Amino acid sequence: MSAAAIRTVTNANGSARPKRAMLSGWGRYPALECDVYRPEKFSELASIVASNSTSLIARGAGRAYGDAAVNGDNRVVDVTRLGRMLSFDPDTATLRAEAGVTLDEIISVFLPRGFFPAVVPGTRYVTLGGSIAADIHGKGHHRDSSLASHVASFDLMLASGEIRRCSREENAELFWGSVGAMGLTGVILEAEFKLRRVESAWLEGEVIRAENLDAALEAFERIDGEYGNSVAWIDCASTKGRLGRSILNAANFAARDDLPPAMRQEPFSLKPKFSPSVPFDLPNIALSPFTVRAFNDVLYAVHRKKAGRARFDYQFFFFPLDSIHDWHRIYGKRGFVQYQCVWPEAESRAGLIETLEAISASRRGSFLTVLKKFGAQEGMLSFPMPGYTLALDFPVAEGLMEFLDRLDAMVLARGGRVYLAKDARMRPETFRAMYPNLPQWQQIKASADPNNRFSSSLARRIGMLPA
Amino acid sequence: MAKVIILGATSPIARILAMRFAGDGNAVYLAARDAGEAARIASDISVRTGAVALSGAFDAADFASHADFIRRAADALGGLDGVVLCFGTLGDEDAAQIDPDAALATLHQNFTGAVSLMTLAGRRLEEQKHGFMIVIGSVAGDRGRAKNYVYGAAKGGLHTFTQGLRGRLTRAGVHVMTVKLGTVDTRMTWGREGTLLTVPPEKAANSIYAAYQRRAEVVYVPWFWRPIMGIVKLIPERFFKRTSF
Repeated sequence: MSAAAIRTVTNANGSARPKRAMLSGWGRYPALECDVYRPEKFSELASIVASNSTSLIARGAGRAYGDAAVNGDNRVVDVTRLGRMLSFDPDTATLRAEAGVTLDEIISVFLPRGFFPAVVPGTRYVTLGGSIAADIHGKGHHRDSSLASHVASFDLMLASGEIRRCSREENAELFWGSVGAMGLTGVILEAEFKLRRVESAWLEGEVIRAENLDAALEAFERIDGEYGNSVAWIDCASTKGRLGRSILNAANFAARDDLPPAMRQEPFSLKPKFSPSVPFDLPNIALSPFTVRAFNDVLYAVHRKKAGRARFDYQFFFFPLDSIHDWHRIYGKRGFVQYQCVWPEAESRAGLIETLEAISASRRGSFLTVLKKFGAQEGMLSFPMPGYTLALDFPVAEGLMEFLDRLDAMVLARGGRVYLAKDARMRPETFRAMYPNLPQWQQIKASADPNNRFSSSLARRIGMLPA
Repeated sequence: MAKVIILGATSPIARILAMRFAGDGNAVYLAARDAGEAARIASDISVRTGAVALSGAFDAADFASHADFIRRAADALGGLDGVVLCFGTLGDEDAAQIDPDAALATLHQNFTGAVSLMTLAGRRLEEQKHGFMIVIGSVAGDRGRAKNYVYGAAKGGLHTFTQGLRGRLTRAGVHVMTVKLGTVDTRMTWGREGTLLTVPPEKAANSIYAAYQRRAEVVYVPWFWRPIMGIVKLIPERFFKRTSF
């Protein structure tokens, strides 16, 4: 951007000055040029929303993988400087906080007091606003459903600058039209939501080694009644009789009395651990079918002996990749696409088999692939449905988009869908077919934001906006 | 437990400094022109730290209100042990270089307002014979540059005033610290071209707090601005006047 162009948008306080920057999601694909604002005061945010300029999308920590919080050639408002905690009621475990606060901050403040977010995704570095907009789920979905189930209300700033409090009782349509709607109804300013009471920073449970997919599914069915949290690392490189071999972790937060006496003194403390980072982009050779296969063989072998009762620290259990900062750089400069899909319960086994076969035959695929069973789900555009979900990374490479279109077709044919917070490439016709509530949602969008002032690269790419 | 007034509390650095004071069990009073914003930060600090965090409105350029403001804030806290001056604005330097009103506005926001408040607070701390003052200046105050000399003059004046006040108050056991701040990643620098060596506000605030704890007198934040400004100050004027940084 030229100096002259900057001057024209600079006011006396410099408050409404954007930064022209290349933005992408966590997958670093696609990267697009946007006008990025980062207000530090509530009043600045209001003036940015109200300004009659290009379309706008709110952005939190930038942990959505694709282009959900990217708005190519349009405006993006980064809300990370508006992350204040406003009140906490320990009796009801209810926290009120601004959208820019991260789960990392919430955990740092509240875990030592015996509270933990009711729903956490695979990373603690997401913001509250982004989490509601994506209606995130976690390893406890089969018991706790998605984040929306724990949100009492949120304040939404509409394109007009008006602020609406949305809850199940008040502006209920806007509540359900905003959770999972990727920021397209307005800017979430602050929310009130419930934390969970915990007695320690540890989880007690089991590690189960499943030789193949059927053993993994059988294990989920067996343990999900007993454990509030479960997840499987599935080897997407194995084939035939070992197709879908997995390491399953299932656990509940440990009560203080379940811990060994030495740990009971400080049930919320973990020993500080070395946390490495990926300091530069690895060359593409680092991620070959060979290294993926070797990694999975090692992972599986390491767990051979470990199967059985286990105690996990919460970091390892919920956020294993957070211990490697900037892990997305292992995919190199071209970036990667994360693919997460879900099948209805009755179709899950067949869907998993055909998808895993296609992935292993393609020799694409990632170090870590995650398998998880979902439970009940409310919402209009929320991703989860009762059934199994699979999530994995694909480095951006030739033929990948065509391959993912094929996976989409297979998932769609079985009544499944793909997660918008991960998506960077879905086609509009696929999206419409996967999210049958879209027409109903578009009516809510049209009445809350008649001129489509809120938009994003994702929204335009997959045709979310009403005509 | 110290009772600390933070002036200009809505800046990211002020917020983190206030959090550090509160985290160590001190009571803070957050004052800013935007009282609603100050109240949000106060809530945040009390939720996170459990400490007493109060807030109220204050305007650096409304000199007549200052005496009353200091008294009310100190009463609310139940005493006064420290004052942290974080307010200031780059203002519109282009306007300030041609329009005297804009130039004076920049001086009031950065200098004369501070003089008024520091004089009032200094008197109080001197009388009670204990306390501290932290004054956030800028490396821009170390040498006048064609690009931002109005702002630079205000900060330069602030440094000199603070230096003298330090000498006077040290006799009463009051500690006065000057912070010469480099470029920080805040709204002041966001989207501005050619800003170099920018550090996150967390880092700057933590350095300031560490300097306060070791009772530093004049501290550059981040530290590398001390040698940089040392060299900048050595450049002969006849060359310096032609430079463009």
